[in-house]
Amino acid sequence: MSGADEPIVLGIETSCDETGVGIVRGHTLLADTIASSMEEHARFGGVVPEVASRAHLEAMTPTVESALAKAGLRFSDIDAVAVTAGPGLAGALLVGVAAAKAYAMGLGVPLYGVNHLAAHVAVDQLEHGPLPKPAIALLVSGGHSSLLLVPDVARDVVSLGSTVDDAAGEAFDKVARVLGLPFPGGPHIDRAAREGSGTAVAFPRGKYDDGTLDFSFSGLKTAVARWVEARAAAGESVPMNDVAASFQEAVVDVLTRKALQACARHGVEDLLIGGGVAANSRLRALAQERCDAAGVRLRVPRPGLCTDNGAMVAALGSELVAAGAEPSTLEIPADSSLPITTIHV
Amino acid sequence: MLAESTTIDARRHGELLAPAIERVLREAGATLRDLTAIVAGTGPGPYTGLRVGLMTATALAATAGVPAFGVCTLDALAYAARTPGPFLVATDARRKEVFWARYGDRETRLDGPRVDRPHDLPGDLPVVGAGGRLYADIVGPGRVEGPEHPSAGALAALAAGHLAALTDEEAAEIARVPEGRVDSVEKARELGVLGPPRPIYLRRPDAQVPGAPKKVTA
Repeated sequence: MSGADEPIVLGIETSCDETGVGIVRGHTLLADTIASSMEEHARFGGVVPEVASRAHLEAMTPTVESALAKAGLRFSDIDAVAVTAGPGLAGALLVGVAAAKAYAMGLGVPLYGVNHLAAHVAVDQLEHGPLPKPAIALLVSGGHSSLLLVPDVARDVVSLGSTVDDAAGEAFDKVARVLGLPFPGGPHIDRAAREGSGTAVAFPRGKYDDGTLDFSFSGLKTAVARWVEARAAAGESVPMNDVAASFQEAVVDVLTRKALQACARHGVEDLLIGGGVAANSRLRALAQERCDAAGVRLRVPRPGLCTDNGAMVAALGSELVAAGAEPSTLEIPADSSLPITTIHV
Repeated sequence: MLAESTTIDARRHGELLAPAIERVLREAGATLRDLTAIVAGTGPGPYTGLRVGLMTATALAATAGVPAFGVCTLDALAYAARTPGPFLVATDARRKEVFWARYGDRETRLDGPRVDRPHDLPGDLPVVGAGGRLYADIVGPGRVEGPEHPSAGALAALAAGHLAALTDEEAAEIARVPEGRVDSVEKARELGVLGPPRPIYLRRPDAQVPGAPKKVTA
């Protein structure tokens, strides 16, 4: 698929707390560099938008330079610039969009303002080659929980369902806090859960049988907090590992159940899971088990490509160039609530 | 001055800036390759707009292989002042406060930049900038002076004068991004007119370290 004559695309991602810069040629990853402000947010128990925006501005130039150095390229080698135009934190997006416009203008190359969620889908092609058409994508992170039907990632993405309240990753963060575990909660809960039983406590599965492909995690989070408080009030110790495992089981049960329902309803045999929560070991294991049982092929990028990064933006940019998509103008806004139906602006 | 473009719209810097740069270059009959430096206002001012300006200047400069500098936005207003001095420059800092600095003349900042309530502006000097007009009832209408808004032309003209006095090595040294952020009066003051292209924030991010999780049961 990939040849030396394919255009080289620089991708910039600043929708949350990671300043990501990636460089790809076709489906080949040439560099993927990340500067994260996570440590600055940890003591606040969540991402602080102003802290993230300040950090993006600080990190952008060095991160771009580092990506170019890793790829062994110069600015003059870049053929197009892609940037996350939304959805995400408005102030954070704006730093990346301003940088991308300036790089595109300065280099005299086309600009592509792209959708963050579609980029999470496109990135898998860097690792597993062309995405079967159509595919179902389950995107789960601290900011998103969406099920997508993807006939063509450069042209057509359809939303099948999403969370009606908290994102899955947000639920991990909130439950971690209840259990006294640090932010971000995902890795800590994953670790604690390995020592516990997923069937110890029967936590509720929101929207389990409602017939939709939507999710709800707010009630689950409250149920965990109630359960923990009741134990503490009764003077009993809280079996942290069992609580973590049972909570995690409830989340991944619903996620994988609905993902496979989506595949069945649309007659799709390929499921892609992306976003930061895709790094969760139990989600990967249960998804594999259920995909095997249903005869569905599962694709999950390596953890570094699941969390926010610049390579995913470059990957979608590359796809748009290949599809002959119209470049964005220098007037494009950053759109914090960009709908998934808008793959590029 | 070869070309200048101004649009007063604090909410649309991200959309307006890049096309305005293209337009100004075209009007001046120049390309990016003709520039010797790029300058952007470092504020103090609304953070989102500052970041758009400074990010754009830094990224453009990187592609053109020229240095990017930051100039205190209040200095650009002072430079365009219609009164010879001494005077204050004050701009809207929102939250019923002003960003301000005190000048001996149009090119000499004596104090600031700082952020304070308009009641706390010192003395009876004329007040240049939108801060004076906004709080005319407090500072006294007789003290209000123009211009109201900083102009990119004044910023460039001020920077050009100082840049001419520098060797290439000195210019490269100043533009080099230093460690740490420009978030204190002391830091902003020691930078002089030409500083690195980083915002002067003067306020810390609004964020509270949370206490224990709230109980969901009574």
